[in-house]
Amino acid sequence: MSATSSAEESKSWTLRLRQSIDRHLPMDHLLPDRQPYYVGSWVYVFGVVTIAALVWVVVSGVVLSFFGPQWWHDSRVGRFFNSLHFWSVQLFFIFMVLHLWGQYFMAGWRSGRAATWMIGVVIFAVSILTAFTGYLSQQNFDAQFIATNAKDAMNAAGIGAFFNVLNFGQMYGLHIMLLPIGVTILVVLHIVMVRTRGVVKPIDPEGGVRP
Amino acid sequence: MDTPTTYFHWGFILISVPNLLVIAGMVVLFAIALVLPFPHAGEGDDVRNK
Repeated sequence: MSATSSAEESKSWTLRLRQSIDRHLPMDHLLPDRQPYYVGSWVYVFGVVTIAALVWVVVSGVVLSFFGPQWWHDSRVGRFFNSLHFWSVQLFFIFMVLHLWGQYFMAGWRSGRAATWMIGVVIFAVSILTAFTGYLSQQNFDAQFIATNAKDAMNAAGIGAFFNVLNFGQMYGLHIMLLPIGVTILVVLHIVMVRTRGVVKPIDPEGGVRP
Repeated sequence: MDTPTTYFHWGFILISVPNLLVIAGMVVLFAIALVLPFPHAGEGDDVRNK
């Protein structure tokens, strides 16, 4: 390859992007077949179970959004998928918090992993907002009760004008479109960052970090 | 279903029993995950000297 063509290729953003991905995230990092010895613990399973629960949340949510509120309240199959959606959300939050505990006690933000930790914090916050809009989207008396009580808190916080919990269309749109897409993108980013740097090494019992 | 749930009240701590059970279950699960042997543990790459 001549120096001229090489210089021309370096101007190509696709080539630069490809080279950057090759450099920072090779396939053996993205899809590893072996893990460090310290990953042999059930604590590391919590994050994977959280992802599995999220998959079930999305799958059941897609089915619910396709058939609508009448179906998920009145038919037996609809109620089954409604319950599937609800309980997979419970598991998602339970295992996300267990994953958080695990990462907190092993100080998972060490060695350049602060951004991974912070994205996890944002995922937690956006997930709470997603769950909240989900409670408002149930189309039952619970949803009405939550909306009429929450409106005062939203107004007191000064956000009631553009986040109107009494507006079903706005809450439902946020719940089935923007917020799940946000959570999914952030989770993918979180996983890619974990795979880029690998799992954090254990803290040395003597106080240092393993070399 | 329509009856209010019972609450655990100890000093400044006030929490519903269902919520308390979920949190207690999570703590138990976390403790089990720490002590339960993981299948094929120790067969991973030894990176101690890397």
